[in-house]
Order: sequence, then structure tokens, then C-alpha cells
Amino acid sequence: MHGTRILQEADRLMTVCNSCRYCEGLCAVFPAMEMRRAFSDGDLNYLANLCHACGACYTDCQFSPPHEFNVNVPKTLAVARAESYAAYAWPRAFAGAFARNGLFISLIAALSVAAFIFGFAAINDPGVLYGIHTGPGAFYKLMPHNAMALLFGAALLYAILALMMGVRAFWRAIGEPIGMKTDPKSLLQAMRDAGELRYLDGGGVGCFNEDDHPTDRRKLYHHFTFYGFALCFAATCVGTLYHYLLAREAPYAWWDLPVVLGTLGGIGLVVGPIGLLSEKWKRDPVLVDEQQMGMDTAFILMLFLTSISGLALLLWRESAAMGPLLALHLGVVFALFITMPYGKFVHGIYRFVALVRYARERQMMAE
Amino acid sequence: MVDLTRRFDVLVIGGGNAALCAAISARRAGASVLVLEGAPKFYRGGNTRHTRNMRCAHDAATEILTGPYTEEEFWQDLLLVTGGQTDEELARFMIHESKDILNWIVEQGVRWQPSLGGTLSLGRTNSFFLGGGRAMLNALYRTAEELGVDILYDAEVIDLKIEDGMFLSAQLKQPVGGRTEVRASTLVAAAGGFEANIEWLKQYWGEAADNFLIRGTPYNRGAILKMLLAKGVQEIGDPTQCHAVAIDARAPKFDGGIITRHDSVVFGIVVNKHAERFYDEGEDIWPKRYAIWGRLVAAQPDQIAYIIFDSTVVTSFMPTLFPPIAGATIAELAGKLELDAAALEQTITGFNAAVQPGTFDHTILDDCRTEGITPAKTHWARRIETPPYLAYPVRPGITFTYLGTRVNRQSRMLMKDGKSSANMFAAGEIMAGNVLGKGYAAGIGMTIGSVFGRVAGREAAKNARN
Repeated sequence: MHGTRILQEADRLMTVCNSCRYCEGLCAVFPAMEMRRAFSDGDLNYLANLCHACGACYTDCQFSPPHEFNVNVPKTLAVARAESYAAYAWPRAFAGAFARNGLFISLIAALSVAAFIFGFAAINDPGVLYGIHTGPGAFYKLMPHNAMALLFGAALLYAILALMMGVRAFWRAIGEPIGMKTDPKSLLQAMRDAGELRYLDGGGVGCFNEDDHPTDRRKLYHHFTFYGFALCFAATCVGTLYHYLLAREAPYAWWDLPVVLGTLGGIGLVVGPIGLLSEKWKRDPVLVDEQQMGMDTAFILMLFLTSISGLALLLWRESAAMGPLLALHLGVVFALFITMPYGKFVHGIYRFVALVRYARERQMMAE
Repeated sequence: MVDLTRRFDVLVIGGGNAALCAAISARRAGASVLVLEGAPKFYRGGNTRHTRNMRCAHDAATEILTGPYTEEEFWQDLLLVTGGQTDEELARFMIHESKDILNWIVEQGVRWQPSLGGTLSLGRTNSFFLGGGRAMLNALYRTAEELGVDILYDAEVIDLKIEDGMFLSAQLKQPVGGRTEVRASTLVAAAGGFEANIEWLKQYWGEAADNFLIRGTPYNRGAILKMLLAKGVQEIGDPTQCHAVAIDARAPKFDGGIITRHDSVVFGIVVNKHAERFYDEGEDIWPKRYAIWGRLVAAQPDQIAYIIFDSTVVTSFMPTLFPPIAGATIAELAGKLELDAAALEQTITGFNAAVQPGTFDHTILDDCRTEGITPAKTHWARRIETPPYLAYPVRPGITFTYLGTRVNRQSRMLMKDGKSSANMFAAGEIMAGNVLGKGYAAGIGMTIGSVFGRVAGREAAKNARN
């Protein structure tokens, strides 16, 4: 017996699939399943997070609906995945954030943007907010750099702590006894698998989305999004280093490294989310956990707002719009940071952890 | 929308592996092709949906096959399982053609993978479809559509107009659109056997057929086969012969597929409803014997049997869809199976007493055997003594039937008078009896389908041009 109805269903499906095994060449889920004959809650949450929702096993399954065995692995594991995020959330009190997540994220985002605008106006005289500021340190007319670094550093650290606590709970539940650091090989393998989205390709043909014609579009848009996000993060890090190590203050020239990284990342983070959203809207409803739509959309929109507001700031930083745009950008980024552990962002973390576990299992099998 | 007023070069009836290989090869040869699949779209493809591999000859190891499997060895295997009941010329032709099929099928978008985990040591002889039979089928349909083959689903053919061995037209019945006469220069019949037609099975098996489970599609009712035989096509194959295995008695009547099978026979004993053993469970390795157990169970009273084993072997075979039925004592297990407890205890006690010491190894013909009981268990015999005692109820699971239309090396149908048909071809289960007089070896059904489908399509296209 399992804790929830969806895990009960996931167990039923894994029992069906384990007696068939036709899909074992499609992704990591089925080989991982084959290493077990019975499934604990943790096992099922592990398999759910290992699933990249490529849809191939649904299209290839002779028992998918309308067959009476009613095998729909992508949808069942999608629901289980979403429920696992709440199950491992830290602190437990915030697990509820995953329900009606779209509303939760938008509220936090709106509030933090408002707080920045109000804060800028309250701390400085209103003229500063709509003033034209150029040259080094222009942004810090609105908010001192140290305050900015402290605020965002704290938000980021909190997010990292909350995520780590969640990962710890997940790690224990999936029965992984030893720490990751003991096994750099698995870690590297998982980084490669995640970095190239190895399992989002239906075993080689591509991802099934709106019909039974596989494409690589989702993979491509996800790459744009992920690497765009990474570049933006790198831009922030380089900017921080410039400030503290080289004493060079933002805004930087358009050809300078933080701006180049941020611009490239920003473009990726515009193209990627638009693509992912359009794929999501086209997706065959039979594969989709509709409860998750809000959470997915909220996260994608937050990423999109981050990049759009950042690019707008770059374009109009020498005009009167700079103040409001900076408030908007900082508000969105702040909201993104503090909601990271309570939204779709965690999918990447748990999936990565599942990939590490899979790499380790494979290695142990080989030994 | 498919234009049904036109005359097609090639009409393919059926929608499985053989039908699609025929449609694709005819289309690649320049013919206009219409495929009529009687099932709705989800159930398209007959039994191909449930397949997973194909047996092809090859001279050297490939990326997915561990070693050579020569034409001669393939032929010897076929000879063994059929007991010589095969058309040698046709079978050798098929085996030769199977070599090229390995590559041809990949060119049609199908992808292979190394032998599946938990399968019957087929890594050298059989190539497995990545994602299974339905994935293979999806690839063939995608290719056929891209090539411009017309395909209709829910397209039931209710009559064929045939004169002197020459196909003229087919009566098509659709849920929407009613009846239409479809004209074509040539016909490829690839519509499967009649295993889903219980009434027809009863003609040969009597009431026992009511207790058969049909492993595959409910749509293979043999309508096309019946029409062809009624209109002068020569029949081949023993109507009582079919590929039948022992599957879980709790499986659905139709379409339970691969997952209802049991691989545990060699690890225990099999008893009938009187709690008596009836055949040597350890006669040979399972891949060579799995296909005889359907018929063995069919011959038992009420067509039911029980695989009985103990808790020491539960992880020795593939995990099963239905859990084993368990009892803390043999009597309790007998109660749950509605068997006579005393009889079952007597059978197991007698069996245990007959087990000789030996070194168990399920991968070879080991020396664990019984002495002094009939039937003997000649290998892998171990005492059943560690509770809980476990059982799977099994019934005959029919995969496909062997009665079919006689064909020549062009896949062209032969008429009762021995002449070859002017424009009718057959491929797949509907003509499998040419190659399989009886018996079965894993993956041969798909070989028959792909090889003769490809040949039939090519020849039909050539025929249509002349």
C-alpha cells in the first residue's frame, strides 16, 4: 500500500511495465524499474523524477488507453512528480505552495516588484526614481550596492538552503545511503545526461508532443532556456566579481563581459520560454497533468519576465525609464530567487539527483 | 480524404507488419496504394502491436546481435520446430531474404535494440524493436504516409469480387460513408489469421475453444481468409494448428499481449484440475519449449492448469502482471485454487520424493531430475518444500492460427486447380502456414510478415504495371 492514490497507480503501472519491458531502450526510467521487483514510495518518486516526459512510451505502448490496462506512464509519473515536490519541500509548512502554484508565484512576484518600486521611491526622493542616471554606479543611485548584494545574496542563500533540505529528504527516500561526493563518476555522468537532456529524445527519434510525430523542438527550447538561464547567472556572478575585485561599477558597456553574457543569456531566456510555452499549449492533453499547468506556466513566465525586463533595462538604462525598469527587473529576480524552492524550478534539481542515483545504480550493476 | 472512385494499382487489406511492408514496397516501386485496416486507429496493426522481435539470418555479429546466425542454422531450427512440416523451397527463400530485411526495415524507419532484459536468450538470433512492436508499427505507418500511401481505418472489407483467380474489386464498409466498391489492379491480402473468431475455432476444437484466451487483437476474425478460400484459393496448413502458449488464466479474453505469459514452468511443476502432473516441465530449455504449453493445457480437462512452485524461486523468472496465489500450506493453496487438497499434497509429496540430488543450473540442461514418477521431470527438478507455496493458474493463449492461403515465391496465391492467381498476393499470418506446418520459434511470425510483405508489394506493383 502506498501513501497516495497516484503512487498506488504508479505502482500498478510499473508492475505492468516490469512484466513487459518493451520500452527499456527508450530512456532511463525502464532500466531503473527493471532493477526492482517491488516499489516503495521512494522508488516511485525516484522513477517519477527520472522521467523526462518525452511521451515515447505512451505512443509505443500497446496497452495505453483505450486498452483496458489503461497504461499512461507519462501522465501518471507527471502527477507523481508534482506531488513529490510538495512531499520533500522544506520547511514542511511551505509544501502547500505547490498547490495553486501559479497564483502563489504571481502574488509573490507582484508583491516584490511593488516593494522595490515603493522602496526606491520611499528611500530616495521620487525624482530619483524617474531621473536619468548614467555612468558607473548609476543603478546605485536607486539602491546602494551593498544593500542590493546583501538582499539578493540572502535570498539566494535561502533558496539554496531550502533546496538542499528538499534534496536531502529526497535522497533518503530513494534509499541512497551514502553522500554524493563519494562518487564523482556518477556526478559527472549525471551532469552530462542533464546537460544534453539525453533522455528527452524518445530513444533517438525525438519527443512526442502534439501527435505521434516526434520532434526535437522541446529539447531545443529547453536548451535555450537552461543555457540562457546559466549565462544570465554567470553575468550576475561576473558583475559581482567586477565590483568587489576590480572595483568596477555597473552599468557596464555593451561589449563588456557581464553585458555580453547577460544579453546572450537574455535572448536564450526569451526564445526558450516562448518556445516551451507554445509546445506546452500544443501538447496532447492525454500526456499532461493539468494540475501542473499553473506551476509550469508561472515558472516559464518568471524566466521570461526576468530576461525581458533585463533586456529592457539594457536598452533604456539611459532614459527616465531606468528607475521603474530596474525596480521591475530586481523585483522579478528577487521573486524568482525566493520562490525557486517552491515551484517548477525544483524539477531540474530532483531530476538531476535522480540521474545521479541512476548513474550510481548502473555502475553498481556493472561491478 | 481518400478518393475511392479511382482505381488503385495495389489494394492492401490488413494493417500490420506484412500489410505495411507490402504497401511501402509497392509504393517505392511506383504504385498507387490503398491500405484498408479493419480496426480503429489505436488497434491498427493486428498482432504486430504485441510483437517485439524478428528472427533474421546474418553472417556476422551486428551492433545488436551477438554472433552469426547462418541460413543453414535458421533452416535447421525451423526444421526442428515444424518437424519437417514446411514448404522447404519457400522456407529457404524466406530465410535467404531475411538477411536483407534486417537493413531494409531500418530504411523504413524501424529501430533495433539489443536483446531485451528478461527475454529468452535470443541475443544472437533475434533482433528486437526499440520500443516494441507498436513502435515498429508507428514507424512503418509514418513512412507509408510520407510516401503517399492512402490509409483508411475502421475499413471493413465485407466481400471480394474474384473471377477465375482474378481480383476485380472489394466491397468496403465504413461506419461513416457506408458501402463502397473499391477497384484495384492487384490485391495483397495481409489480414491475419482467424484466432479471434471463437466460433471458427470451435469447428476444430469443440467447446474447449470457449476456454481459450486470445493473446492478440480481437479483429483477426479471418473474414478475408474465409472469402479467399471460398472463391477458389488453395488452402494450406492444418486448421487445428496455431501458436499457443500458456498464459495467466486471469488475463482478459482478448489483447492481453505479452505480459500475461509465464516463464516459471521450468522452476516448478504443472498440474491439471485433478492436481495431477501431465508433462515433463524440464524437458528442454524454456525458449525451445514455451510454445508447446498452450496445446498441452488445451488438452487438459476444462483447459486449465496450475504452475506450482515454492518461495525459493520467485525471483528466478520475470516479474509477472498478476501476483502468484499463495498458501502457507499446500492444503491452503489447494483451497484457494479449488483443487482437491489431498490430491495436490499427494502429487507434491510424490514429486519431492522422486527428486534426485544434483547441481541446479537453469541455463543448461542440468542433472536435477526425478526418478520413478511419470511423467518424469528431466531437468531443474527441485523439491517444493519452502512455504509460502505459490501458484499461477494458466489457460491456452492463442497467438495466431496456421490455416492460410497457398502462395509461391512471389507471394502470389495459388488456386485450387494449381494455377497461380493473375493478381492476388498474400503475406503475413494469412499465409504463415506455408512455412509453419506446426510449432513455433520466437520471432518467425514477424520474419514471415516482413519478408513476404516486401515481396508481395514488389510483385504486386510489377503486376499492376503490366
